[in-house]
Order: sequence, then structure tokens, then C-alpha cells
Amino acid sequence: MSVCGYADLMPERGACALVGAEQVAVFRTFDGRLYATGNRDPYSGAYVLSRGIVGTREGEPTVASPMHKQVFSLVTGACLDDPATFIPIFPIRVTSGMVEVSVL
Amino acid sequence: MTRIVVVGHGPSAYRLVESLRGFTGSITILGEEPRPAYDRVALTSYLAGKSAEDLTYPVPQGVTLRLGSRVTGIDRAARTVTTADGEISAYDVLVLATGSAPFVPPVPGRELPGCFVYRTIDDLDAIAAAAATATAGIVVGGGLLGLEAADALRGLGLDTHVVEMSPWLMPRQVDEGGGAVLRDHVERLGLTVHAGAGVTEIAGPDRVTGLLKPDGELIPAQIVVFSAGIRPRDELARASGLAVGERGGIVVDEGMRTSDPSIYAIGECALAGGQIYGLVGPCFTMAEVAADRIKGGVASFHGADLSTKLKLLGVAVAQFGQMSGALDVTYMDPVAGVYKRLFVSDDATTLLGGICVGDAAPYDTLRPFVGKPLPGAPSDLLFTGGGLTLDLPDDAQVCSCNNVRAGTVRAAVLDQGITDVPGLKACTRAGSTCGSCVPLLKQILVKSGVPVSKALCEHFTQSRAELFEIAQVRGIATFTRLIEEHGTGRGCDICKPAVASILASLHNAHVLDGEHAALQDTNDHFLANIQKNGTYSVVPRIPGGEITPDKLIVIGEVARDFGLYTKITGGQRIDLFGARVEQLPLIWRRLVDAGFESGHAYGKALRTVKSCVGSTWCRYGVQDSAALAILLETRYRGLRSPHKLKSAVSGCARECAEARSKDFGVIATENGWNLYVCGNGGFKPRHADLLVSDVDTATLIRTIDRFLMFYVRTADRLQRTSAWLEALDGGLDHLRDVIVNDSLGLCADLDAQIERHVAGYFDEWRATLDDPDKLRRFTSFVNAPGVPDPSIAFVTERDQIRPVGVSS
Ligand code: SRM
Ligand SMILES: Cc1cc2nc3c(=O)[nH]c(=O)nc-3n(C[C@H](O)[C@H](O)[C@H](O)COP(=O)(O)OP(=O)(O)OC[C@H]3O[C@@H](n4cnc5c(N)ncnc54)[C@H](O)[C@@H]3O)c2cc1C
Ligand code: SF4
Ligand code: FES
Repeated sequence: MSVCGYADLMPERGACALVGAEQVAVFRTFDGRLYATGNRDPYSGAYVLSRGIVGTREGEPTVASPMHKQVFSLVTGACLDDPATFIPIFPIRVTSGMVEVSVL
Repeated sequence: MTRIVVVGHGPSAYRLVESLRGFTGSITILGEEPRPAYDRVALTSYLAGKSAEDLTYPVPQGVTLRLGSRVTGIDRAARTVTTADGEISAYDVLVLATGSAPFVPPVPGRELPGCFVYRTIDDLDAIAAAAATATAGIVVGGGLLGLEAADALRGLGLDTHVVEMSPWLMPRQVDEGGGAVLRDHVERLGLTVHAGAGVTEIAGPDRVTGLLKPDGELIPAQIVVFSAGIRPRDELARASGLAVGERGGIVVDEGMRTSDPSIYAIGECALAGGQIYGLVGPCFTMAEVAADRIKGGVASFHGADLSTKLKLLGVAVAQFGQMSGALDVTYMDPVAGVYKRLFVSDDATTLLGGICVGDAAPYDTLRPFVGKPLPGAPSDLLFTGGGLTLDLPDDAQVCSCNNVRAGTVRAAVLDQGITDVPGLKACTRAGSTCGSCVPLLKQILVKSGVPVSKALCEHFTQSRAELFEIAQVRGIATFTRLIEEHGTGRGCDICKPAVASILASLHNAHVLDGEHAALQDTNDHFLANIQKNGTYSVVPRIPGGEITPDKLIVIGEVARDFGLYTKITGGQRIDLFGARVEQLPLIWRRLVDAGFESGHAYGKALRTVKSCVGSTWCRYGVQDSAALAILLETRYRGLRSPHKLKSAVSGCARECAEARSKDFGVIATENGWNLYVCGNGGFKPRHADLLVSDVDTATLIRTIDRFLMFYVRTADRLQRTSAWLEALDGGLDHLRDVIVNDSLGLCADLDAQIERHVAGYFDEWRATLDDPDKLRRFTSFVNAPGVPDPSIAFVTERDQIRPVGVSS
């Protein structure tokens, strides 16, 4: 499903897209790549991950939950501070300037 | 295979099982309490909000742990134990770790509902439940544990009394002089002390209504907590014919064996060398000795250090070594509430012990020297105890809880490359129990030449202060340039907001301009404070807490129209909660139009300058404190800093604005103003120190300007002014030198920087509303800008909204 234009996304920041009933956090990193994860912070239960700070940890692209700062890998969804906890990862791509994600 | 059965699961049993790790045998633990062993030393923190899980020790793997099982009998011939519910366990080795029970003196009424002891988490739950409907509580016993219990009652909001038989408090740890100083401290905290007093009766009839003293005084109370000493739980040993001491305790030899060679006793139930040990350190040592013996070793227990350092009531009380000696030196300052006494041998060369009340610095530095040559003249040691950095001999005991010596800690640093306190805790156990030896551990780290890393995070090896210098000197205005030229990788949630703050202090640009926006924490990113359900709060600035009725009405109307929860904050202003991101610009449009501006509640920046009404209205006021507070708040609003900044101005020495708990606080005098700096409420309260006195308004402002800018430049990330001052080489005198006497030649620069800030200030929210590009981010969903987040829901409580539906 197409959610927004690529240019609508700020580099090094996330945005949230509503895909059906699913809240998907979409991130555009400094190198232009896109990542999509669930928007729900598994620790607080709040739908806020798209508002976290994007960065890297030992080269791996990450987002830090804005609630209590746990850091998640944008690639695997694993919480790097607590590897037993995961957030969902969704496929994402750009087609003719539009960002598309799939939650199937 | 050896079958080990352990009776009791307290700290001693926990340490025993840990020390048996790797031993091939089966271990069964039968514990009477409904939960696994927990850190009883930290029991009181449970009432302060720690959970039972926080206190619980890691549950050992590969052992059978039966909780809620009280052992009722030992059959030594058959080598079995029986529990209350009839279960029988066979043993080859039996370890009794049954601890002790609080002693309840046989006074009439001691069984009434409302009487408690203070030993287990269940006891605390019961006390807390009873406290909900009580107004006053009494602790019987003014020893170490009694005062801890009293502090807990006070924390539960009760009017608290302590009844102590001896003429002074903590008679086992301090002498009469120390006791007097201690009493002052305790009474200043609002506790009532009845020393030299017994208990005639607990008054009833159906439940506790008070305590009757022998002098006829009745102290009314609904709760009585007995803390009149402990008695070893030796009832099982007694019933099965093991040797017990005349005054209780299971007799053990130096290998912790009882009179039956297949039964050991450890911890507070054991009578070792004719003594019961009521501190966790010796209990741990006993557990380790027993474990070693079970494994076939020859370790033995030869008594232990009974030094104590009280860690509560905000009063330092410490005792180490002997409490008497041929010679002694005493230092006493009743005004400051300090009492220190050292005992030395008759030739004045060997340190025997000491007592400290109000200042435990000598405990930290001198305890390891007990029994050793004095490291200096006794009086010097008493006066300079705090700043003293002595070289500890290798065999000096650093951590008495875990019996760790200086040599062991040093070896961990030098041979195993440990570089920080958490590392030392993991590797040597030192510091992991009561924590009172942590200052010594730090001292050893520093003395061993460990470079304490100042790196901000994995992306920058520099400290925040160094990055500030770099950005300033090189004129760097973006994160990208700073990390490309001076860091590695792409940053993280630690360095990005820190650099954003540095750039904001230096350049005064809008925090959401260009690439700055991506650096900000969610709070700065939405110029509002995130709440637990993902909504935000709105705090307009109300300088000095002064507000016109019209503006008050506007706030009320906005809150009503947007359905926001409304509360007066602790900072003399009003907070509106429960706004969704897409509502924030609409709310702020209304507020800005009515003349409000951002209160920076979300930023590491100036929060509030609180004020009292001062000389305008108050019959005691000597200066116009409200006017000054408004002037200061307006001058420094928007200044981004390493951590938040708070201030207050009081109109006279009565200090109604609480200025001395602030980063900078001003108190009016007949002749001008006194400026106090580096105070803190919060997690670690600190009273502010007097920096300059009786200055006029212009001098005051210039001094604050420089103080703030010097802090902004040199502090670490998230270091409040109080911690900054404590880490500053040379402390307050150095600070005064730099900003009053210009000893570093910095002042012209600091002045100029503040002037730039004041001249460049603009309201962040107004600027945001004027910029469609910045407004674009205020939506819940990029692909559905009008749709509110369906996960957010509220219910009504006390006529206002509160969040629901957030769960983890
Ligand atoms: C709203 C308020 C409580 C209230 O209902 O009264 C409050 C609320 C918060 N405080 Fe506070 N503090 C509030 C007054 C205080 C005070 C009292 C004061 O300022 O006079 C203190 C103690 C004084 C001090 O700071 O020295 C205080 C000490 C803290 C601390 C501990 C700071 C410390 O140095 O230990 C934190 C945690 C932190 O900042 O890291 C904190 C953090 C917070 C945060 C930001 C927690 C968070 O991240 O969500 C809260 C969010 C505010 C919001 O959503 O709007 N709050 N907080 C008060 C807002 C005052 C204002 O108008 O700006
Ligand atoms: C409030 C408080 C504060 C303290 N502060 C400090 C401090 O600051 N520093 C310090 O060094 N020490 C302190 N102590 C003392 C420290 O907690 C004890 O030294 C330590 O708990 C002793 O451990 P233990 O395992 O020997 O006994 P306990 O902790 O008493 O554990 C014994 C366990 O055995 C169980 N048990 C007893 N009989 C049976 C049975 N028949 N069958 C099954 N189970 C049984 C008990 O229910 C208990 O759970 C404090 C104690 C308290 C209560
Ligand atoms: S601090 Fe002094 S001037 Fe201000 S309100 Fe209190 S008593 Fe009055
Ligand atoms: S002395 Fe208690 S932890 Fe070291």
C-alpha cells in the first residue's frame, strides 16, 4: 500500500502511517534508505516509536523509543538493550517517488 | 550424590547456594516466606516504591526451591526434615539458615491488632495497609533497625515517635555525645524521641490506641512497631538436641558445623565464636565458609568487622573498630550537627576505631586503617577526613559486606582491566550490597591511574564540554559537520540531543530549523512533553507565577474547549494534559494570540523562576521579589543548557519561594540580594551555596549571566548544576574566582554570549505557527492527516480526563 511521497519523509526521522488498522512507523535514514516497523513501543504499550531518535549502534541503523529510550534495530526489530524483545518489521520500497509498505 | 537441604531462604541461604555453584549434588531449599530470598538490607526501599522483584536475588538454577514451606522438625537419626504440610526431605548435609526474628518484649497489649514487627516484605505490606487509616505510629527501640522503621513510618505520613530504653539512640553504635547530636538530627526531621523510656503497656482495648510509658505519659497512636533487638531462630536446632547458646543461637565451630557434623548453621541463627552477627556481611562470609567446607575445603570463620554506616534519615551515622581506647580525639560542632571521635592506642600510633555522626567521611577513609598505623595526626584526620586521599594497604578491608580487600580491588583493576564501578561489583562483589564502599572503589580506580572515560557515546570520544569548545572555536553549526569531522557513525539518542543543545546555546536558531529537527528528543520535536499514552502536555510560560485574571480565563477556556486535564504544577504555572499531536498547533494558536509563549517545559532549558509576593504585599518583604523573578525569567527564557534550569526569588529570609533548592536562587536582604547557586530538589536534593551577598540588581544579573554561561559551556550532558559544582575542580571558590574575579579571563566572552542570547530570543511556538513547513509534522499519520490516533482513549476521573488503555 502506498502511504506517502518519499519527499514527505524527513531524513533521519520517522513518521507514522495507518495501514488498515496497523500503525506502521516509517523511517528515512541519512543515506536515503527506508525502514518500516510497528509503531507500538512494547515496553510502554504506547504507539510512539515513529517519534523516536534515529541513529546507529555499531553501524546498525536504530530507533530509540521516545518513552523510555530502549533502542531497537531497524533491520531486525530486535531490542538491542534486551534481545528477547522484538518489534515487527515490514517490507518497504519506493515506486515512482511513492513510499509503499506491506503489512501482510 | 550428596543431597543438601537448606532450611530458610534469606540472604545467607542465597549466598550459600551461589557459592556451591559447580558442586555436583542435589540442593533443596525449604523457605518459609512466600517469595524467594531478597535483599533484606534494602527492605525499607520497598516502601519507597521498589517492587518485591527489584529486591529479589536471582533465583538459583538447578535447585529445588519450595516456598511457603516451614520446616517443623529434624529427625537427625533418619536424616530427614519435615515441613508443616507434612512433606519429608532426606539429607546428607543439612544447612540451617533460619536467620532471626524480631524480639517483642513481653509487655501487656503486644498482641493487639496494630502491633507489628519490621522484618519481611509481608510485615511491610501489613504496616502500609494499617497506615492508610492511621495518623500516628510508635517504634519501640531506637537502634539501627528501629530508626529505619521510624523513617518508614514517617514516609507513610504518620506522626512518628521512637521509644528507646537507653538514654540515647543507637547505643550499640554511638556514645553519649554522638547520641545527642543524632537526636537533634532525628528531631529536626520531625520525629519525637522518648529516650531512657520503657513501655508499661500498649493501650487497647480492641486495637492499639497508644503506648503507656512508666512515667504515666500516654502517647496516642494506632500503630506500634517493635524493633527491640533480634533473637536467633534456633527453635528447630533446640528441639532436635543440637547445642545452642545460653542466650540463644546455634553453636557452630569455625567451619560453621553444629554439634552434629552433618548439620551446618549459617547467618543470623548461628552463634560463632560466642557471638551472633546481625549484619549481612558476616552472614555472607559464613555462607561462603560453609559452602567451601561442604565442597571439602578448609575455609574458616574467625569473626568479622561489625562496622556500620547508617544509610537513612539523611543523617550519616557510622561506627568502625572499637568504641573505646586509651586515647581519643573528639571533634564536635553541635550547630552543624557533626560529631566525630577517633580512638587510638596509648602510644597514639595505631587506629582502634571511631564514631561519626553527621559526617561519615572519616568512616570511608579511615575504616580500612583500623588496627594499623595511623596515616596522619588524629586531629588532622578528623578535620580533613573528607578530602583525604590515602593509599590503602593491600590488606585493608574496603567492602565489609563482602569482605573484599584493597589488594583484590586493585588486582581487578590492574590485572583484569576493570575500569569502572559496575565492573568491580561484578568481578569482586565489592560495593554490591549496601553500597557504602563505592566512594572507596572510585578512589582506588582513580589512584590506579584508570582514565575515567569522558566519551559522550560510541560516536564521539570527546566530552560534552570538549564538543562545545570545538563547535564554538571552529564555528560548526550542524550535527552533520560535527560528526563527520570529529566523530564516527551517524549518532544516536545520546549525542544527537546533546549536540542539538550545544548548537542551540551557541547559535540561538529555532530547534526545528533544517536538520536540527531530526536531532531533537520527541519533546523538543513537538515542543511539548510526551505522556504515557503518547499524548502531550502544554505548559505556557507564566513568569514568576504572576498572571492576570484575563489570561487565567484564556487558559481555562482553551483547556475546556480541547478537553484537557488541567493541573497547577510545582513550578507555579499551569499544565494542560492529553493533547494529541495534531491538536498542539491549534491549542498554541489560541494561547499565542492571547499573549502566551512557550514555557519550555519540554526543553533542557530555563523552566521557571518562582517567586513570592515580596515587598509589594507581604508585611515582611524587603525587596520586590516578584518583579525580579519576572525580570530573570524573561532574561533567560529559551536558554538551552546541559540540563534543565530552575530558579526562584524570595522577598526576605523567610524564603517562601524555596530559592535555596534551585540552580540559582535569590533571597532579598535589606541591602540588596544574596545569590545562591547549584541547589537541587529532585532525586538528590542539595541546598544551594551562597555565591555573592548584598549585591545590587545589576551586579546580581551580571553574576547570574556568567554563572549560567560557564555552566552551559563546561557541564556534562544531563548534569544539573549541583552535580556540576560537585565535580568542579576547586569547587565553589574556583567558580567564584572565574565569574567574579575573572581568573580565566573568560568573563567578557560569557557576557557577550548571554547578550547574544537575550537579543536573539524569539518564541519557539509563535515561530512554528508561522512556518507551514514546521507545522507539517504535527499529524498522527502521514497518510491520514485528519485521523486521530485510535489507540488513545480517556475516562473521566474527578471531573477530568485520564488516559486508559496503555499496557505493556
Ligand atoms: C508538571 C510537574 C509536576 C506537577 O504536576 O507539578 C513536573 C512534571 C515532570 N517532571 Fe518534574 N515536574 C514539575 C516540577 C518539578 C520540581 C519542583 C520545582 O520545579 O520547583 C522538581 C524538583 C526541583 C528540581 O528539579 O530540582 C522536579 C524534579 C524533576 C526531576 C528530577 C531532577 C533531578 O535533578 O533529580 C525530573 C527528571 C529529570 O529531569 O531528569 C523531572 C521530570 C519531569 C517530567 C518532565 C518527566 C517526564 O519526562 O515526563 C514530567 C513531565 C512534565 C509534563 O509532562 O508537563 N522532574 N519537577 C512540575 C512542572 C513544573 C513546571 O511548571 O515546569
Ligand atoms: C529493616 C532491616 C534493615 C537492615 N539493614 C542492614 C544493614 O544496613 N546492614 C547490614 O549489614 N544488615 C542489615 N540488616 C540485617 C540483614 O538483613 C540480616 O543480617 C540478613 O538478612 C541475615 O540473613 P539470614 O539469611 O541469615 O537471615 P534472614 O534474612 O532472617 O533469613 C532467614 C529466612 O529463613 C526463614 N526461616 C526461618 N525459619 C524457618 C523454618 N523453620 N523453615 C523454613 N524457613 C525458615 C525465614 O522466614 C527467613 O526468610 C537489616 C535487617 C532488617 C530487617
Ligand atoms: S519570603 Fe518573605 S517576603 Fe516573600 S512571602 Fe515569604 S515572608 Fe513574605
Ligand atoms: S561495604 Fe556494603 S557493599 Fe561494600
